[in-house]
Amino acid sequence: MSKEIIGTPQQWEQLEKELEVLKNEPGPVMKAMQAAQAIYGYLPIEVQSKIASTFGVSLEEVYGIATFYAQFNLKPKGKYTIGICLGTACYVKGSGLVIDKFKERLGIEAGETTADQKFTLDATRCIGCCGLAPVLTVNDEVYGNLTTDDVDKILAKYND
Amino acid sequence: MKEVTLKINDISVTVPEGTRILDAARQAGFNVPTLCYYKDLCNEGSCRICVVEVKGARSLVASCSAVVAEGMEVYTKTPKVINARKTTLELILSNHNRSCLSCVRSGNCELQKLSQEYGCDDVAYTGDKTAVVPELPNAYLVRDNSKCILCRRCVAMCEKVQSVGVIGANFRGFNTTIGCAFERPLGAVDCVACGQCINVCPVGALTEKDDTDIVVEALNNPEKTVIVGTAPSVRVALGEEFGNAIGTDTEGKMVTALRRIGFDKVFDVNMTADLTIMEEGTEFLSRLQDKNAALPMITSCSPGWIRFIEFNYPELLPHLSSCKSPQQMFGAVIKTYYAEKMHLDPKNIVVVSVMPCTAKKTEIFREDQNASGYPDIDVVLTTRELARLIKRYGIDYNSLANGEFDDPLGKSSTAGYLFGATGGVMEAALRTVYEKVVGEPAPSLDFKAVRGTKGIKSATVDLKGTKVKVGVAHSLSNARQILEDIKAGKCDYQFIEIMTCPGGCVNGGGQPIVSSEKINAGVDVKALRAGAIYKADKKSALRTSHENPVVKTLYAEYFGEPNSHKAHKILHTTYHKRDKM
Ligand code: SF4
Ligand code: SF4
Ligand code: SF4
Ligand code: FES
Repeated sequence: MSKEIIGTPQQWEQLEKELEVLKNEPGPVMKAMQAAQAIYGYLPIEVQSKIASTFGVSLEEVYGIATFYAQFNLKPKGKYTIGICLGTACYVKGSGLVIDKFKERLGIEAGETTADQKFTLDATRCIGCCGLAPVLTVNDEVYGNLTTDDVDKILAKYND
Repeated sequence: MKEVTLKINDISVTVPEGTRILDAARQAGFNVPTLCYYKDLCNEGSCRICVVEVKGARSLVASCSAVVAEGMEVYTKTPKVINARKTTLELILSNHNRSCLSCVRSGNCELQKLSQEYGCDDVAYTGDKTAVVPELPNAYLVRDNSKCILCRRCVAMCEKVQSVGVIGANFRGFNTTIGCAFERPLGAVDCVACGQCINVCPVGALTEKDDTDIVVEALNNPEKTVIVGTAPSVRVALGEEFGNAIGTDTEGKMVTALRRIGFDKVFDVNMTADLTIMEEGTEFLSRLQDKNAALPMITSCSPGWIRFIEFNYPELLPHLSSCKSPQQMFGAVIKTYYAEKMHLDPKNIVVVSVMPCTAKKTEIFREDQNASGYPDIDVVLTTRELARLIKRYGIDYNSLANGEFDDPLGKSSTAGYLFGATGGVMEAALRTVYEKVVGEPAPSLDFKAVRGTKGIKSATVDLKGTKVKVGVAHSLSNARQILEDIKAGKCDYQFIEIMTCPGGCVNGGGQPIVSSEKINAGVDVKALRAGAIYKADKKSALRTSHENPVVKTLYAEYFGEPNSHKAHKILHTTYHKRDKM
């Protein structure tokens, strides 16, 4: 089992503190995973190992839960998460081409994060603004009526 | 207990309250198919193949989980039931890599059998398929998720019975697969290689790594002397692969078959089980007298168990006996003593062992297992692989005459034979240790307290005033319990036998697979196979390891005495901590 700490010492300390509190609660594993994700933004192997050993379950059990629920991330998220809707309405209006262009520009696949930790690219299901199809979100901002020409403009806006 | 009367297909049966409908139906003479249900192990209720109609119920009922009620009317074979089961099967088959032609489980596959019974064999299926991604190679097990039906019997085995828990269901929906954390291959996690997951898999998704071709190649190489040795429990199970009843001892036919396959010498690992008793018994007695020695001493013949303690309790490694396992002693003796005696170069000897076990396939690659400078054992075949080889060579097993093992390393006591069943190593050790200490044979050689399939057994033996308390555990969840007791200072045993597999080697991960249909019907495989061993022991004239004439010769001609310097060099080994993932 991996013993190294990950992230900042503060993050690790915070994790240990929250796990300690959960020790007396029923069904603590899921709660611990949520708490850990709030601290780290994702669930690295070190954190999953820590949760497993704290609550006496196997690492595979934690990993199984982490991959079952969409709310858990196995990889760090970038500063900006670009979520492109691949629901039916968006897809027929060309969101597939848009996501391909983002993949090309960022050099990553859907679900991945750029090496500089700036962008995460996600394919999402319908987000309920089909009138604007195709749509995408960057963190909380929504962009609609997209074409492939918009890709560079959007990326430029987050050029900080 | 309260009884309940109900009707199955209009036939009245009376069963205890709480009985599963499935079991009540069997009692009425109707078998209901199952896939995910496995008695005392897995009751996921997920596959729905076991559905039946219950009068008054709105939908079909899973008979593996639902229990009987007074006056219940159950129908197990109505068109509605049959159609529902067939649809379930077709859904499974639509994402199944149907390669029955060469699949090792063909003929012994629970999915194939049902598909045939329900007439699903020539339906054209379309739709997405789970990719065939062969598991990265390891020395012992092959996983093929394209054949997995997600019954999770393997998961329950690994987690509940073995308390290892390295496999589980990952992802969800169509993407669900059985795998390890972070998609690592089994060889890169703390899997102990026990193979128990293989034994409960209904299909060909989990199989042993097949090494028959390596053996065939050696047999066809004129420069090699190819020597085979068989573990105690192989002979009480091999016959099952040729239609014999569970618990049939076919030692004589096994020996003849091995000779016909072409091995130059057919020896017996029971012989080195006797040798193990001499070494381990002596080691135990000297630890008992040494104030600084680690007690309890724990046996070391089961390589899955060795991996388990190395991964999970490295701080307790000093408790392990330093003895090599009988398999490794077998190879070591052949490539040293026997090679010298026969003027053979160990380089040109290939030692094949036939084992009930997949973990044995990993054991041969351990450090400090090459007494002659060459690996003690070259290839390990499981009982199943040996059966495969016998069939491939067209040997008509059941018509073979009984053969006898070759001299000299084929002679053994039935104490060595006992190693095949849980408690057997302890019983064999007690027979010898008692006589060594007390100076006369134990009043009864039957140490019945350590027999049987109870998870943890114990006995107290009076050695001339010194009371020795021994413990026996099989399956790793029970082993874990004992180790936790040792850590907590609560263990009062001085000598402990631990076997990885439930029931011991007779039920090892390389033994013939018994269908869940039989298991669910209550067939006690472990007890039946062990029964054959105890029967042979009862009839035997040579029941203690120290009386084995070959053992005596080995010490007289070669090792001097048990635990001698030479014995240590050749017959003992070392252990080390392994990092968990
Ligand atoms: S697992 Fe069963 S059904 Fe599948 S290919 Fe093998 S024998 Fe055929
Ligand atoms: S071989 Fe044993 S330890 Fe490894 S996955 Fe199978 S059941 Fe678990
Ligand atoms: S590998 Fe075998 S036992 Fe495990 S879930 Fe798949 S079919 Fe069931
Ligand atoms: S649901 Fe009953 S056997 Fe699977």
